[in-house]
This record gives sequence, structure tokens and C-alpha cells, in this order.
Amino acid sequence: MRTASGEGWGGADPRSVPNPEHTPYHPRWYRERIPLFWWLRNRRYVKFIVRELTAVLVLYAALLLLALVVAVDRGPSAYAAFQEWLARPWVLALHLVILAGLLFHTVTWLNLAPKALVLRIGRRRISPGVVLVAHYLAWIGVSALVVAAVVAGMGA
Amino acid sequence: LEPVNLQVQRYRPEQELEPVFEEYEVPYRENWMVLDALNHVKDHLDGTLSYRWACRMGVCGSCGMMVNGEPVLTCATYVEDVLPDPVRIEPLRGFPGRSGPGGGHFGLHGEAGPGEAVAHPAGGAPLEEGEYLQTPEEVADYKQYSMCINCMLCYAACPIYELEPDFIGPAAIALAQRYNLDSRDQGQEERMDVLSQHDGVWACTFVGECSVVCPKGVDPAGAIQRYKLEATAEWFRSVLMPWRKP
Repeated sequence: MRTASGEGWGGADPRSVPNPEHTPYHPRWYRERIPLFWWLRNRRYVKFIVRELTAVLVLYAALLLLALVVAVDRGPSAYAAFQEWLARPWVLALHLVILAGLLFHTVTWLNLAPKALVLRIGRRRISPGVVLVAHYLAWIGVSALVVAAVVAGMGA
Repeated sequence: LEPVNLQVQRYRPEQELEPVFEEYEVPYRENWMVLDALNHVKDHLDGTLSYRWACRMGVCGSCGMMVNGEPVLTCATYVEDVLPDPVRIEPLRGFPGRSGPGGGHFGLHGEAGPGEAVAHPAGGAPLEEGEYLQTPEEVADYKQYSMCINCMLCYAACPIYELEPDFIGPAAIALAQRYNLDSRDQGQEERMDVLSQHDGVWACTFVGECSVVCPKGVDPAGAIQRYKLEATAEWFRSVLMPWRKP
């Protein structure tokens, strides 16, 4: 885009540089091309894209769990090999990064829940704060159950 | 006090292939709004500049423009808050460009505007039956959504609308909810037909920027997510209880 000088009344004379493609009475509207990296325009867009992309990590976590089940099904040696793979430093490091992404996804997702969920008791609306806290409590509760199950399994 | 440099996007299709930026120097005045600076340009520097405005007090919703890349009402944005200059002023994003800032859209209810399909009241009792009575709680249900001034800032903030122009968009859905949640209205079913389509609520991926830029605190993003839940519940009801009338 060029910058025209706007000095004086009227700026540049519109007739001095005619657009050969102009069709009078049938204007073709200008539509700006959307840049591929539109989401870098502000921090909130970036946060949105990260939130959406970390959903892929949820899929990864689910597949990892399935792989674990398959390894158990194949017998002790396959399970041991899978555990050995999990304990490799680069796998551990990768999984820590993925865990951070999963936590980001979970927290941002839970924080949005009160926007969608409007509940009432009789006429009164339950405040969004209560909906939010209930979601977090449910998350912590389920996580505690999983941790308890794992710890009990380790003791056995 | 230093003068302020404005870079205003102009588009004159008879003259140029694509929009250009024109620079204007305006004096810095304390408590000037961006709109005051533009009016100074129009009055003293360049009478050909075209843009829309009317009320100067954040009610009419016509003076929305992109200022330094953010959709704002120029009558409600202080020049000092968008310094240092140059201050870039462009038409609202996502609408096909016409002549200048503020000339970019037909509005919510204009010629085939997105609001036409869903954002109007429906049904209701005949006039002879007297006035409607509503409790304060019933008013509170929809009041927030009725504050919309159709300024279209939420459309300019929405990347989905920019990528998919058929999306009926944040304000139209918020206004649909304004009537859906009004105890006097009976058009929920008609609106469901439009809103539950892909170009209705489901195109929204909950970026949430519409609610951030709304000058009236309408929260269109919240309205859309609520409706997604409602549309899903309605689908389950129709599958599990097909004999039930909607």
C-alpha cells in the first residue's frame, strides 16, 4: 500500500490517477486477504489458538492410555518394554511438556464453562462463580480418585 | 503540545486498485476523542474524507472503526489513549471495503444483514388483551442482550466472521437470545431453525473476542455458548422423546 499525501483541501485529485479497472455504478468491493498468521494480531487470539491446538494433546493422552492397555494385553514383556520406553529421558521430557499443555487446555476450558452453563434454582440464577468452583471441585475429585487408584495399585 | 499524526485508510475504487493510507496532522487537544480528530480533518484539512458518525455519545453505534488494529467506537476512545502516533484508522475488519473508515458495512438489520433472519420479536398476544407483565427476574434474563447498539464491533473482532462471511455472527445471535429469553416472545422455534445450522451458532469456536470489544457489555460469546447447550439439549430431547412436540 502506498501512502498518499493529504496536504491541503481535497488531497490528491481523484481524477488524476484513474483506476483502469474501475466500473462505474458496479463497484467491486475491496476485500482484504486474511493473513495466515491472523492469530498473532493480539494476545487473546494467540491464547485462543493455543487452547484449540492443545486439544490435540488430549487426543494424544487418550491414545497413550490405549497403547498402555494394548501393551498389558500383549503380556509382561511388552508391558515392560512399554514402561522402559516411557522412562526414557526424552519421552519423559516430552510428556512433561504435553502435561503442561493439557493443564492449560483444562484450565482454560473450565474457566469458560460458566459462560455456557446458566443454571437456576427456582427463579434465582446460580452465580457463575459457583458453577466455576463446582467444575474445579469435580475435576480435583476425579483426579484424586485416579491418584488413589494408582497408589493402591502400586502398593499391591 | 505536539500535533498528532493520523494515518487514515481511504479507498476510492475509481482511482486506486486497493486502499491506501493518507496522513493528516491534527492538533493535540486534551479530552479529544478520535472522532473529534477525524472531524477536524473533515472540517479543516480534507473535505473528501468519508466516515459515519452521528450521536457522539456511544448510543447510535455508527462510528465504529479499527484504531491501531482494535475495533472501537471512535466517539468513546480518547486520542491520548491511542498515542504514540501515528494513529492508524481503518474501516471495521471483515467487511468489504467501500469508501473510507466507517463505510464498510450495511449494519445488522440492513439489506440482507445477518440480523434479519433471527433478531426480531415474534408472536405475542393481540393488543386487546392488555399489557404484558414481567417480573424483575424475567427482565433480567434478557436485559443485557437488549443493550446492543448494532455497532458491529463484535463482527470486526471475530476472526470466524472474517474467514466465513456466511456466519450470522455475534450480535445477531445475542439479539436472537434477547428475544428467546424474553417471556413475551414466541419465536424460539423459528429461530432454532436458523441458529442451529452450521452458519448459526456452530460456526463459532468461542474465541471470545466479541465480548471483549463490546462497548455495551452484551457478552455475545456467552449468548452463543448458552445457545449451543440449548440446541444440543433440544436435539437430545427430539431423539429420546420423538413423540414430544417441540
